[in-house]
Amino acid sequence: MGHTVIEKIIQKNTGAAVVKPGDIVTVNVDRVMIHDIFIPFVADKFEEMGFQSLWDTDKVVLIYDHLVPTSAVEDVRHFKIGDAFVKKFGVKHVHRSDGICHQLMTEAGYAKPGDIVFGTDSHTTTYGCVGCFSSGIGYTEMAAILGTGEMWIRVPETIKVQIDGTLPDNVYAKDVILRLLGDLRADGATYKALELCGSTVDNMSVASRMTISNMAVEAGAKACLFRPDEKTCAYSGVPLSDVDWIYGDADAQYCKVLTYKAEDLTPVVACPSQVDNIHNVEEVAGTELNQVFIGSCTNGRLEDLKVAAEILDGKTVACKCIITPASRKIYMEAIEAGYMETLAMAGCIITQPGCGLCCGRSGGILCDGETVLATNNRNFLGRMGTSKVGIYLGSPATAASSAIAGKIVVP
Amino acid sequence: MSKVYKFGNDVDTDQIIASQYLLLPDIEAMKGYTFESLSPSFASEVKEGDLVVANENFGCGSSREQAPSVLKALGVKAVIAKSFARIFYRNSINIGLPVIVCKELYDAVEDGGEAELDLTAGTVTAGGQTFSCTKLPEYMQNILNAGGLIASLNKEGQ
Repeated sequence: MGHTVIEKIIQKNTGAAVVKPGDIVTVNVDRVMIHDIFIPFVADKFEEMGFQSLWDTDKVVLIYDHLVPTSAVEDVRHFKIGDAFVKKFGVKHVHRSDGICHQLMTEAGYAKPGDIVFGTDSHTTTYGCVGCFSSGIGYTEMAAILGTGEMWIRVPETIKVQIDGTLPDNVYAKDVILRLLGDLRADGATYKALELCGSTVDNMSVASRMTISNMAVEAGAKACLFRPDEKTCAYSGVPLSDVDWIYGDADAQYCKVLTYKAEDLTPVVACPSQVDNIHNVEEVAGTELNQVFIGSCTNGRLEDLKVAAEILDGKTVACKCIITPASRKIYMEAIEAGYMETLAMAGCIITQPGCGLCCGRSGGILCDGETVLATNNRNFLGRMGTSKVGIYLGSPATAASSAIAGKIVVP
Repeated sequence: MSKVYKFGNDVDTDQIIASQYLLLPDIEAMKGYTFESLSPSFASEVKEGDLVVANENFGCGSSREQAPSVLKALGVKAVIAKSFARIFYRNSINIGLPVIVCKELYDAVEDGGEAELDLTAGTVTAGGQTFSCTKLPEYMQNILNAGGLIASLNKEGQ
């Protein structure tokens, strides 16, 4: 009998000949990511557990992004505790203002195809875009990994999502994952892995795959995996011969198979305040907006900024439009390509790469009765300000087109 | 008997404890804001030994361990739901907060009503009916029995 991608990764990692869904196994962790919000808690628990040293200083990545730049004096405490932890235990990889953790982990090569990676953030599923099994955990569990290098997991069942054909011009990876969330619902993939395949997925950039793996956790998924290809190898800097074992076998056992024809997909939005409250954009067209947000670890990559710049070229935004590139590297590439100039000329507010607005911390939070169309991953109550802010989630194209109109429009 | 605080489907971790409070210095400082957007009086009313009962997918969303931690700090004896989101479930067991899967209780008890949870027997009783709860895998039950992951690691190390 064949195996799914995640079963193969776990087998390679543990040396077990065969694993099957439901098995509880201990894996050797290839890399961990901790961000600034949770580092004080991780540091606390690590000391409470009585560990004297990290299991491997090279395998720990600390990223400051949620609080960069700081918006309140208390934020500084997190950096002080983080810096002290780095100094005391010799953490090798620290990023203090380079971008959002989920972008940096694959961009800087910390999470590679076939690896097993954990992070103190639910959107750690993102690294599945390169065929890495990555998942979010809490700070107590992270502290235990820091001391032992090990983590127990239950081998998950896999849901296969097959998408074939060519997406319509105004439909993007964001529309694909939103549609999928609407169909699976917010708990449809809980404890399970997703495996994406088909010609539509094969034709996607790594950046587009990232948008999908980033949001897979909104259906409860433990991981969301793509088969690595030439594009992945160029992005991750690994030879194809190292990753050619990472694919789902034709006779692998899937607990469910969803099949889509790309031509049938449409631009959609997640309406307030659940990620699985999916509607065609035209159903909510005309909804007045106070703000548009294009960016985040979901949709702050170069291709997203390109789409926004092309739509906004020579136009003027009719409401606040905030742009947040996912990393400094992307920021610089977007300057080089002229996108940032176009966006600034259109009246956009361009921010430092970081998590501020998406986590409701800084950089454009809203108040009661206001409405925002955003490209990030969550529209929960209170996510971007008060619990009476209406948050719609959509693609960068839907967002940019709507910013010009000051209301939701079909891109 | 324990008092029941009842919540619906897909209660996310932002609703349990909102992001802006995660910057407070510790769980004690955060716990007063538990369920602020859903039930502003919860944190001041809930008593030691009370139960949180929810429908499907309780604790979805972020990985914040503060979500189960504030519930535990407020004295919540257990969360009993039809189903839980993955990270919340693991986090709860790691900090020693019992998370109980029971499909029947939700429809058998009202918000503000009473229920009796017997952790040892794995049963919950409400309105004269007794329901059995889904058993945890042995590995997780051992962590929970030890009082959480830290206590469990310390026990292993002895």
